[in-house]
Amino acid sequence: MTTTRAEYCVVACAEAWRGDGEILATPMGTVPTIGARLARLTFSPDLLLTDGEAMFIGDVPAVGAKAEVVEGWLPYRQHLSMVAGGRRHVMMGASQIDRHGNQNISCIGDWPRPTRQLLGVRGAPVNTVNNPTSYWIPKHSPRVFVAAVDMVCGVGFDRAAAAGPAASRFHGLRVVVSDLGVFDFETPDRTMRVRSLHPGVDVEQVQAATGFPLAVPEQVPTTREPSESELRLIREVIDPKGLREREVRA
Amino acid sequence: MTPDQVVSRLESGMTLGIGGWGSRRKPMALVRALLRSEVTDLTVVSYGGPDVGLLAAAGKIRKLVTAFVTLDSIPLEPHFRAARERGAFDLVELDESMFMWGLTAAAHRLPFLPTRAGLGSDVLRVNPQLRTVTSPYADGEELVAVPALELDAALVHVNAADARGNGQYLGPDPYFDDLFCAAAQQAYLSCERIVDTADLLKAGAPQTLLIKRADVTGVVETPNGAHFTSCAPDYDRDEAFQRAYAQAAADPEAWAAFERRFLSGDEDAYQAAVTNFRQEAQR
Repeated sequence: MTTTRAEYCVVACAEAWRGDGEILATPMGTVPTIGARLARLTFSPDLLLTDGEAMFIGDVPAVGAKAEVVEGWLPYRQHLSMVAGGRRHVMMGASQIDRHGNQNISCIGDWPRPTRQLLGVRGAPVNTVNNPTSYWIPKHSPRVFVAAVDMVCGVGFDRAAAAGPAASRFHGLRVVVSDLGVFDFETPDRTMRVRSLHPGVDVEQVQAATGFPLAVPEQVPTTREPSESELRLIREVIDPKGLREREVRA
Repeated sequence: MTPDQVVSRLESGMTLGIGGWGSRRKPMALVRALLRSEVTDLTVVSYGGPDVGLLAAAGKIRKLVTAFVTLDSIPLEPHFRAARERGAFDLVELDESMFMWGLTAAAHRLPFLPTRAGLGSDVLRVNPQLRTVTSPYADGEELVAVPALELDAALVHVNAADARGNGQYLGPDPYFDDLFCAAAQQAYLSCERIVDTADLLKAGAPQTLLIKRADVTGVVETPNGAHFTSCAPDYDRDEAFQRAYAQAAADPEAWAAFERRFLSGDEDAYQAAVTNFRQEAQR
């Protein structure tokens, strides 16, 4: 069985938490959840995970299954303390994201009377100025990757720098993983750059699906292959129902 | 007290805090009593869920202070969305932690508390009333000064309480209900059951005693009073009912029918209609 696009996405999400040590991984969305659990079961065993509610889980159940072991308590008020303390790396979604990494989940259109009301800012402002933040975009398109977001919820590099040292001190966006590739901000002006493209994706395709110019290295790496044991963990242990395939188009 | 007696203490134009979180342990019986009343023109302060949706549908909100409005298993609250898209009320959109610091400041009788949250984001753009504060120490950091979220009244729902207002939560998360009560001039606590004070610790350890009677004005026993939101461990969210609510909310005719069926009588009538809804679903 060949590796699916969703499985490359899972591995790319898992890689976001490589080297993070003993911190809380907060994945939002199915593919990031599988990725965080894969990281914990392989190269980042010290990561803390929650049940999505108020408990740290001591085992790593399949997605949708209940954990059998609780290793700690994390009600919302303590979760917010953990964000401020910085021992956390969140992977959020984004309705819009721009080339500096500003993100919007609040509303589309003019804020006083939006054309489409979405979630609200939620915890995106506190997340982005306190702990490492990554993003997961299951459908890479110019509607998501826009020149300018309508409402800055998650803070990008330009906005963090402009807001001063208190905003930039702990700010750091790590990666954006989409169904087409992996992107980071490792350029001199901290703008979005292609880190790798998933097998079968080329630069023209990803640029056409992006509403701003991407920085592209001379040699564009391909997202790495999952190992045999990683594939087994994804398919048999973490996501035996194949929920990952529902979040990523083939 | 009864839910209607609680609401009789409230006045139009008040700033009203509502406890719980999203579609979790919301004081829904008290919200339903508000819907039956003439009280309107409210400033609602809430980690929003269907409490906000129902009050928005009834046109009772003048201003909403929140970080989100969600039904959790259904990400977008349809009444809130529709209300925002027609510009039905003013919005103070804060980050989740700014909201917590605002309540904390009010509970501590402080004018503001400093936080990093909000810096660099458009929360400061859409809330021009927000100010920053500069640290007087060597770091000199410029932080957001979240103003106190002072409440005229708070409504919260917990699993158990004694008649004097000692409130107990037995689920996994206290949410912020103690802060809502402490931040308010008057706080009303609804609960699944009123128990003798001597029995409170039979249900849970001392740290489940979340709310202090000094912060509570009145107690109401409202079994299933958080329905259709969750009230663990007494009951989970009624997902089938919430789906029916969300579907009805998306269409004016369906919503009128939903209101006739569930919201045209008192709390007993509501609970009877919910029982009937469940029996229908099982057939």
